[in-house]
Amino acid sequence: MNPVLLWALPLALFMLVLAMLCTLVRLLKGPTAQDRVLALDCMYLNGMLLMLVLGQIYGSGHYFEAALLIALFGFASSTAMAKFLLRGEVIE
Amino acid sequence: MNETDIPLWVEIIIAVLTLAGAALALLGAIGLLRLPTFFERIHAPAIIATLGCWCCMIGSLLFFSFQSGGLTLHPLLIALFIAITVPVTNIFLMRAALFRARQSGQKNVPPNISHVMPPGARDS
Repeated sequence: MNPVLLWALPLALFMLVLAMLCTLVRLLKGPTAQDRVLALDCMYLNGMLLMLVLGQIYGSGHYFEAALLIALFGFASSTAMAKFLLRGEVIE
Repeated sequence: MNETDIPLWVEIIIAVLTLAGAALALLGAIGLLRLPTFFERIHAPAIIATLGCWCCMIGSLLFFSFQSGGLTLHPLLIALFIAITVPVTNIFLMRAALFRARQSGQKNVPPNISHVMPPGARDS
């Protein structure tokens, strides 16, 4: 691997982990429930980008499927939690 | 791992795109952490779902295309999926937050403009 990607990809990984730590702080101290749901929504986006950068570091296409699964389940869980906040139940 | 067949200029483009995506993700997360109220905070992660996500996806697309020697369009699938689903989630969450802010009696939220129509007035 050329030194450009050898330096850039771990730096991107570090910034994404820092971003996940910021959302984790908001998730833990968020004053209301909708703040926590928003932090979780932001955190799955960060985790998906993390998976993509990991796939580029290891040069493997399998991480792509993990990222796709994170996107799918993150959408489902965020919508379910927002619906729960709105109505008090998920399926009525 | 034989990534040595990726030319240098493509590696520079990939590195710039991936670093820009990660920096935008960090920016959105810092905004989520530091903005004062919820209705300002919900704007911050939108930059991750739009510009940050697309930068990382195009970098990943270039990487896998030049690594495998052919055109691989898998990462566009995630980007399109995110572009469709994140507005749906944010609208749901925004409505829930407005509903809860009105229920708890906050004064700085707009009032509910939908009203119940009488049964006979709907068809006229």
